[in-house]
Order: sequence, then C-alpha cells, then structure tokens
Amino acid sequence: MNADRAHGHSADGAHGPSADGAHGHGHSTEGAHGTRRDYVTGFVLSVILTAIPFGLVMSGIITDTRITAGIVMVFALVQIVVHMVYFLHMNSKSENGWTLMALIFTIIVVTICLAGSLWVMFHMNANMMPGMASGDMGAM
Amino acid sequence: MSEATIPPGTQAPVFYETDEHHHDAGGSTMLGFWLYLMSDCLIFAMLFAAYGVFGGAYAGGPQPHEIFELPLVALNTSMLLLSSITYGFAMLAMNDGKVRAVQGWLAVTGLFGLAFLCIELYEFANLIHEGAGPQRSAFLSAFFTLVGTHGLHVTFGLIWLVTLMVQVGRKGLIAANQRRLQCLSLFWHFLDVIWIGVFTFVYLLGVLR
Repeated sequence: MNADRAHGHSADGAHGPSADGAHGHGHSTEGAHGTRRDYVTGFVLSVILTAIPFGLVMSGIITDTRITAGIVMVFALVQIVVHMVYFLHMNSKSENGWTLMALIFTIIVVTICLAGSLWVMFHMNANMMPGMASGDMGAM
Repeated sequence: MSEATIPPGTQAPVFYETDEHHHDAGGSTMLGFWLYLMSDCLIFAMLFAAYGVFGGAYAGGPQPHEIFELPLVALNTSMLLLSSITYGFAMLAMNDGKVRAVQGWLAVTGLFGLAFLCIELYEFANLIHEGAGPQRSAFLSAFFTLVGTHGLHVTFGLIWLVTLMVQVGRKGLIAANQRRLQCLSLFWHFLDVIWIGVFTFVYLLGVLR
C-alpha cells in the first residue's frame, strides 16, 4: 500500500517512484487534486451564483416571471459547471477521458429522459382536458 | 482419470491465465465510483422528470408559493455549500498528510450536513403538519420523493463520513483511506450538484410558477 507499489504497473512513468505517499495512488487519481485556490474560487462563485437567483425570486425585482425563470435556470446551469470543475475536478484527462465520456453519455440520457417525459406528458395533458373526456366531444 | 492421461514430467494444460496481470489495489475505484454517481444521476433525473410532470397537479391542494419558505431553503442551501468547501479543506489536509486536520474538517462538514438534514426534516414536519403531506396531491408526492431521496443520500453520506473519521483515526491516512476519502468527496460534491437542481427547479421555479 505504499507509493512504490501503487506505481508498480502504472502506465505513466513520468511520475517515477519518487512520488511521495500523498500521491501514491497512481494514475487513477491523476489530476483529481484541487488546490486551495480551486476550492475557494469554486466556493465564492457558488455563493454568488446562488445568492443572485434567490435574491431575484425573493425580491421579485423583475415583474415578468418568465424572464426571472430564465435567468434562474441559466445561473443553475453555470453553477453546475462550476461545481463540476472546481469541486469534482472534472477534466478531459482524468482516467484517460473515461469520466468525461461517462458524463457526456449521462447528460445525453438525462436530456432525452427529461425532455421526452415533459414533452409527452404535456401533450397528453393538453389532449385529455377534462371537458373532452366527459361528453363534450360533440362541441369540439 | 485425468492424471493417468498426462505423462509424468509434462505440464498439465492450463486453460486460464495463471499469471494474472497486476492491478493496483483500487486502481479502478475512482472510475467505478464515478460510474455509480452517473447512474445515481439517472435516478435523480427520473425523479426530476416525475416532478416536472406532476409539479402542476395540485389536486386543489396547496401550491408551491403558499407552502415553500425561501429563507429556509436559502439557509439550507448555504449549509450544504459550506459543507462542500469544508470537505474540500479536508481533502487538502489529506494531501498534506495531516490526520488531525482531516478529522477536524470532516467533523465540521458532518455538522453542516447534519444542520442541512435537520432543517429539511423541520420543513417536512411543518408541511405535513399544515396538511401538505405527500398524500395530499401528485405535486406533493413528487416533491417529497425527490427532496426526500436527496435527503436520504445526505444521510448515508453522513454515516459514511463518520465511518471514515473512525477509520482515519485508527489506521491513519493509508492509501485505502485516501481512496475512500476521495470517493466520499465525489459523493458529497455530487449531492451538492443535485441540490442546485432541487433549489432551482423545485423551490425557485415553483414559487415563480
């Protein structure tokens, strides 16, 4: 369980056996370490990206709720990316890019599921209004 | 019988690899754990989809803007966000090999997580007391399922965190413990990412609806 063993068969010889114990888990966690700067940056950005949407909704500054909703959703997306980069240390290199591949695949599946569910159910609701089912068909 | 057919001195045929490739202990753990998180993401996506579909089915019952208290949600969000950065500090202490600091930051993280759970349970109790329990309408069923599942994840994260504090105390920052701390780090920050979706789509957009 020491550094030498962890590096025994790792593909990246660049580190060499001189890597200390703290980095002794081989290539698997390559690039997974954040710096203090990373965490603090991520935290400050998150606070800002959280405070603004809450402020907008709670104060109701923008009277058009659609615009507010749009802004809130954009902030959420940006904050998710901030968390991914600064807290989860996502990058295209970790695990030879497989974590990113898995993430992209997940995003595709999630998008299909969410968009599909909402779209199908919205249309079902729209086509099954109570009036239509209870004998008002003739009026349509 | 088989021994009789093989002449002495010759090697028995081997149909499998005897000399297995050496793999680092836990060399694929982080990727595996990431894949678990992605599958967990799909669970939450389904719950979000259910909430998206049923979010407007009030059944004549209470509506989001009547029952959601945004100041409470903001407090809850800040608890989770603070626990994220304190966990980050625990990871930094781990990289420096400081056992006491790791345990200290883990304890702080655990307290913030516990505060989050308590506030959430208080909110749930209030809602149920007001007659806005999960059985009131499809909207509330979907709400309690989604937010409750997230809360359950935080609960298990807390159990895991306490377990790791004990393990780090007993065995120190050995490679296995570092790996476990890294997995919990992913898990904890992932829960924070899910919470962004929850407070945006459930609470903020719910109140705007």
